Amino acid sequence: MGKILELKNVNKIYGTDIKTQVLYDINLSFDAGSFNSIIGQSGSGKSTLLNIIGTLDTATSGEVLIDGNNIKDMTANQLSDYRNKTIGFVFQFHYLLPEFTALENVLMPYNIQKKPVTKDVLDRAKERLKLVGLEKVMNNPSTKMSGGQQQRTAIARALMNNPKMILADEPTGNLDSDSTETIYDLLRDINLEYKTTFIVITHDRRIAEKADRIIEIKDGKINLDITK
Amino acid sequence: MKLGLRIARRFLSSNLSQTILIILGIAIGVSVQIFIGSLIQGLQKGLVEKTIGNSSQITVSSNQDERYIYEYDKLISDIVKTDENITKISPVLDNQAFLLYDDKNQSLIIRGFDIDKPESMADGIYDISNRIVEGRMPKDENEILLGIDLKSEYGIEVGEEVDIFRTETRKIFKSTVVGFFDLKVSSINTNWAITTLDNAQKVFEAGEVITSVEIQVNEDAVFTTDEIAGKILNVIGNEGYKVVNWKEQNESLLSGLEGQSISSYMIQVFVIISVVISIASILAITVLQKSKQIGILKAMGIRNSTTSFIFLFEGLILGFFGAITGILFGLGLSFAFTKFALNADGTPVVDLYISYSFIALSGIIAVVASVLAALMPAIRSSKLNAIDIIRNN
Repeated sequence: MGKILELKNVNKIYGTDIKTQVLYDINLSFDAGSFNSIIGQSGSGKSTLLNIIGTLDTATSGEVLIDGNNIKDMTANQLSDYRNKTIGFVFQFHYLLPEFTALENVLMPYNIQKKPVTKDVLDRAKERLKLVGLEKVMNNPSTKMSGGQQQRTAIARALMNNPKMILADEPTGNLDSDSTETIYDLLRDINLEYKTTFIVITHDRRIAEKADRIIEIKDGKINLDITK
Repeated sequence: MKLGLRIARRFLSSNLSQTILIILGIAIGVSVQIFIGSLIQGLQKGLVEKTIGNSSQITVSSNQDERYIYEYDKLISDIVKTDENITKISPVLDNQAFLLYDDKNQSLIIRGFDIDKPESMADGIYDISNRIVEGRMPKDENEILLGIDLKSEYGIEVGEEVDIFRTETRKIFKSTVVGFFDLKVSSINTNWAITTLDNAQKVFEAGEVITSVEIQVNEDAVFTTDEIAGKILNVIGNEGYKVVNWKEQNESLLSGLEGQSISSYMIQVFVIISVVISIASILAITVLQKSKQIGILKAMGIRNSTTSFIFLFEGLILGFFGAITGILFGLGLSFAFTKFALNADGTPVVDLYISYSFIALSGIIAVVASVLAALMPAIRSSKLNAIDIIRNN
C-alpha cells in the first residue's frame, strides 16, 4: 500500500508573546486505505495534529505531504479545492447547516464544486444516506433529527465526494454507547467497502482497539505507535 | 455565485422574521426618501408654476430711447428658430394711460395682445380666456378688458363706456368694457387693461409697432431661461434689443428654491446613510450568527470568494425587496397625503410631483447602498477561519 500522508518534523506553536508549543517534531506516515486511531488526553495536541493534516490549521514548522504534494506550496483556493475533493471531515459536533435538509447537507460538498446536480449525483447522495440508515428522513430539516441521526448525516456528507481520506475528531463524543457502536461499525464498513483512509481521534480505548493502528499522543509527542 | 445566491436565500428564508424586519427598515428609508423628494419637487413645481406659469418668462424689448419695435414679424420668426424649447411667443404693445370714470382716475397699463388673431399665443401665456370672471375677450376696436379689482372699486359694469386718457397727447378715447379678468395678482387686477394689439396701436397712434415680445418655454426648460435668453440675444443682436428672463427678476425666489432643494438632499442623504448603517450592522451580526455555518462550509472546501458572495447576495436581496416595498409605501404615503391634506376648497395643500425616474433612482440607490453595506460583512466572512470556529465549539 502507498503512503497517502506524510508528516515531517511538524511543530506547532501557539501565541506570539507567550509561546505554547503543542506539537514537537511529529514524524508520521499513513498507508492508503488504512484505519488509524489517535488517542491521548485532553490538551495532548491530537486535535491540532488532525487539523494540520486536514489543512484547516498550519504547522509552525515542518512539512505535510498529501499524495506527495506539499500543502505549503498551495494557494488558499487550491487548499479549498483540495479539502473539498480529497478530505472528508467528521467532527465531534455534527456541524450540519441548520437551514438545509439532511439530503441538501449531504449534497453540499458536491454543490461547492459548482457542477450541476445530475440524477447520478442525487442517487449517490441518497445512497450515502441509505448507507448510514437515513433514507427515510432525508428530507427532514437537519434540526429536526436526533443527535445520532445528525452525526450519521455528517458522515454521509463526508463521504459525498468519495474522498481519499476521512478525518474524524471524536465523532461519537456526544453520543450514547449504542450509537457509538453503530457509528464505529459504520466507519469500519465504509473503510472496507470504499478503501477510504480513516484517521479517527477518540479517547475511548475500546473503540481505538478496533483500528488497524493506534497512535498515542502525549504532551505533543508520539508516545505509542502500534500497528496490528 | 449561484451557490452563494442559494445559500443567501436559504439563510434569509430560514430566519424570516429578522429578514422581514430588515426589509421593513430599508422600505421605510426608501419611502421617506420618495415622499420627501416628491413633496419638495411638488412644492417647487407648484411655486414656480404659480410664479411664472402665467407670465412672460423671457421678454425681448427695445433698449433704445424709442421704445417701439418695428417689423416685429421677422423678429418673432427669428426668435422662434433659436431654441426648440420656446413654446409660446406673443407680441405686446404696452403704454401708460389713465382711466377716467365718473370723477375718479386710475393709472393703467394698456396691454395690446394679438388675442383677436387665430395664431395668437398670448392667451396661452396668460390664460386670459380662463381668467375672465365676467364678460368676454375684446375683439373689436375700442373694446377693453379690465381687472376685477376695478369693478369692485369703481363699480364699473360690463358694457359700460369708460374714458382712456393719454397724457402725452392729452386725448381721450372712449372704450367699452367687455369684461373683467382675475389674474390673482392685485397689482395686475388694478393696473392692467387688456385690448387687442390693433386697438392699442390705434389708441397710441404708433403704427405697426410693439414694445416687447413675450415668451414662454417648455416646462422642463424653465430653469434654463437664462441660457435661452442668451441664445436669443446672440441671434437678434444686442444693439437694438434687451432680453430679460424671469430668473433675473426673481432672485430671492430662486435662492429660496435652492435652499429647499439642498435641505431636501440633506434629508435624503441622511436617510440613505442611516439605511446603510442599519443594514451593515444587521449583516455584521448575521455573519456572527452564521459563522458556524461559514466555518463548516470552509472546512468542506468552499472558497473565500463564495462566502463573500453569500453576504453580498443577502445585501442585494434585502435591498431589492426593501426598495420595492419602500416604493409601494412611498407612493401610498404620497397618495394618502394628496387625499387627506386638503385646502378648504378640496384641492391638495401641495400637489406632489411623482417622477418615475426619481422613484427608480431612489430604488436603485437603496439596492446599491444595501450591497455596499454588505461589503464589510462579506469581507469579514471571507477572512473567517474555519479552524477558529471548529476549535471554539
